[in-house]
Amino acid sequence: MSGGARLENANPVIFQRSGERLLTASEEDEDVHDPIDDREIFDLIRSINDPEHPLSLEELNVVEQVRVKVDDAGSTVGVEFTPTIPHCSMATLIGLSIKVKLLRSLPDRFKIDVHISPGTHASEEAVNKQLADKERVAAALENSSLLEVVNQCLSSRTM
Amino acid sequence: MKESLSLVQRFSAHPDSRCWFVSWSPNGTLLASCGGDKAVRIWGREGDSWVCKTVLQDGHQRTVRKVAWSPCGNYLASASFDATTCIWKKKNDDFESLTVLEGHENEVKCVAWAPSGNLLATCSRDKSVWVWEVDEEDEYECVTVVNSHTQDVKHVVWHPNQELLASASYDNNICVYKEEDDDWECRATLQGHTSTVWSLCFDATGQRLASCSDDRTVKIWKDYSNESGQELPWKCVCTLSGYHGRTVYDIAWCRLTGALVTACGDDAVRVFKEDETASPDEPVFSLAAQVTKAHSQDVNCVAWNPKEAGLLASCSDDGEIAIWRFQEEH
Repeated sequence: MSGGARLENANPVIFQRSGERLLTASEEDEDVHDPIDDREIFDLIRSINDPEHPLSLEELNVVEQVRVKVDDAGSTVGVEFTPTIPHCSMATLIGLSIKVKLLRSLPDRFKIDVHISPGTHASEEAVNKQLADKERVAAALENSSLLEVVNQCLSSRTM
Repeated sequence: MKESLSLVQRFSAHPDSRCWFVSWSPNGTLLASCGGDKAVRIWGREGDSWVCKTVLQDGHQRTVRKVAWSPCGNYLASASFDATTCIWKKKNDDFESLTVLEGHENEVKCVAWAPSGNLLATCSRDKSVWVWEVDEEDEYECVTVVNSHTQDVKHVVWHPNQELLASASYDNNICVYKEEDDDWECRATLQGHTSTVWSLCFDATGQRLASCSDDRTVKIWKDYSNESGQELPWKCVCTLSGYHGRTVYDIAWCRLTGALVTACGDDAVRVFKEDETASPDEPVFSLAAQVTKAHSQDVNCVAWNPKEAGLLASCSDDGEIAIWRFQEEH
């Protein structure tokens, strides 16, 4: 990924990072229940590292807040991500990293669906099916070398 | 007539982990469970409550995905993501590891014993189904490796009284196998589901097969081989759609009452009853009872007690097992 290997997408377009969340008065009020919203989910995933570039998924526009849908009452989260190129071989790994980040961060009641943005990847259906298969995801996360790669994507990085 | 599904008991079975599967012993007195904690647990009833009798640790290095009792109830097989299947022998109240079946390239997803107890089937992410023969000395020998699926094989199940095997796969298909000149061959491929088929079960007679899928439907397949002598004697005679909100992970057909139960990723357990007046070629199933929040997370498995009609066990990603009673009030 890094190092001497040839990059699949050597010159990605870099996007501006969004600013910090602006807190409203009711969000700062400890007595008011704040539902989990799209921005909160986006904040969890936007700083995930791209497996190939020293950039975040937000900077590569792989994730966008408009492609995050949360229903707090219904306990569902849907995230669409957009690989930078249609043949990106890292798509499954990126999707898995998003899924793992949300599984680790959200309460257990949430059903988490991670998909490729429609029409943006050659193997869209195959990648979506793999990400939706919790047995495959569970087995993948028991593979220590794969888990290490996922953890690298999820590790915090000095901006 | 009014049906209900009431909770008998709920207990934490695989704490901080997922409970993947539960299986009743043939006499219905013990329940085996397995999970992400790499352990198999044996549960028994003491008075009104269910208690853990034994924990089988040390058998597997990774998640234990399924467990199966031999028809005599003296052996237990456990299939694991560590690519092995362990055979355990019951000794009084304890179990000892008898042998480890190796050969699959990666995760073993399911194990099932044939009704005779002389054959065992396993399946794996390596796309293959293996049939093992068991002799009187407890020796296990692989007799066939069948590669009829193009993707992971999720589940294998034996016909209740014939030596007929069925498998379900990530390739959306179901295969039915029969022995031919000492070799097991795929005799029929059942196509119809539009996503992964997670589980399968035969009815009491073995003439019908129920399958459940990631496409959120349940399908009933009927064997027409006696009538037609066709190449593909199995036909889909019924599809249950619109009931399940997410992937249907498991299905079980009660051999005593004919009730069909499903385990779903929307946390619900649903029981379906067949309309007995409908034509056998166009069976009709209707929802008889459901518990929408049966567990706090995905329900992975459902199992009817083989002796006590209406007694049901379910297990979930929340690590718990729930025991239910399905009652029909006349």
